[in-house]
Amino acid sequence: MATPRSEFLHGVRDELPILIGTVPFGLIYGVFALSAGIPPLIAQAMSCLVFAGSAQFVIAQLVAAGTPALIIILTAFIINIRHLLYSASLAPFTGRLTRPWKWLLAYLLTDEAYAMAISRYRQAPDEERAHWYFLGAGLALWTCWQLSTAAGIFLGGQIPASWSLDFALPLTFIALVVPALKDRSSTAAALGAALIALLAFTLPLKLGIAVAALSGIALGLALDQARIGKE
Amino acid sequence: MAFLWLWLTLVVVGLLTFGIRLSFLAFLGNKQLAPLLQQALRFVPVAVLSALIAPALLMPTGTLALSFTNSRLLAGLLAILVAWRTRNILLTIAIGMASLLILQAFLPAP
Repeated sequence: MATPRSEFLHGVRDELPILIGTVPFGLIYGVFALSAGIPPLIAQAMSCLVFAGSAQFVIAQLVAAGTPALIIILTAFIINIRHLLYSASLAPFTGRLTRPWKWLLAYLLTDEAYAMAISRYRQAPDEERAHWYFLGAGLALWTCWQLSTAAGIFLGGQIPASWSLDFALPLTFIALVVPALKDRSSTAAALGAALIALLAFTLPLKLGIAVAALSGIALGLALDQARIGKE
Repeated sequence: MAFLWLWLTLVVVGLLTFGIRLSFLAFLGNKQLAPLLQQALRFVPVAVLSALIAPALLMPTGTLALSFTNSRLLAGLLAILVAWRTRNILLTIAIGMASLLILQAFLPAP
């Protein structure tokens, strides 16, 4: 029988390979947030309050463009709504936990923590202390994210603009999106969103991102439905 | 407090994000996500990120720049190729950044 301590450390250990990819992402965020004109303290506070990498990047980008708060909130909401999927998928395994546990694990529920937690729950469905594993994985990622964004914020002021470090952002997104294009409907969702983003670029208040993302989602869904209809 | 609005915005985004993450864990545990919604959520990451990538590559200065002197487009296309072939995040970023800096040294500024 695993102890809370052994489950916790197991979670931390399994999360380590993912952290290698998180460190540059956090560094880039810190640098990027400062270049967007966000004060260091707020840039770091965003890592605690929002704790969601891609949403934080987009918020910084929107702040730099002078976007109204309501549009920032709407766009961030669309980006983070995917966590519904994670919450629904983990709920059957966390039902008997106490409320503080549920709230704590929900705060730590990122893409990376989800990936580790769900594989543990599926691999050891009878492990009664698997929530300690979830906590270990989530806290490892949280700590790594806070430290790497802090390092990025610290470095931010010292990197010359001629290095074009802002380009690391779309590159990171490319590295995340391309491997995820596993079928025709997700490729269509990506290409559709890209095209609409170009066409809608001049929409007022930076609404283009939200419009383009929703269009891409609708296109992917329509293709999926058409395929299901044929089967 | 020049940035009070930003603090408030971040608190709202943080609460919404936390609420989304907490929803099924704490309140809807015995409910199922509607299949259609589940399907739609699958496309959120690729759609959102693609909507950010396209303007960054094709409209680096705010207008469409579909040309061979657009160093960001060329470096981005190379990065897409690397990501597709290797699925390696760090390699994709490294080759993309290196090729942008090399291209910028030889191409005229946009």
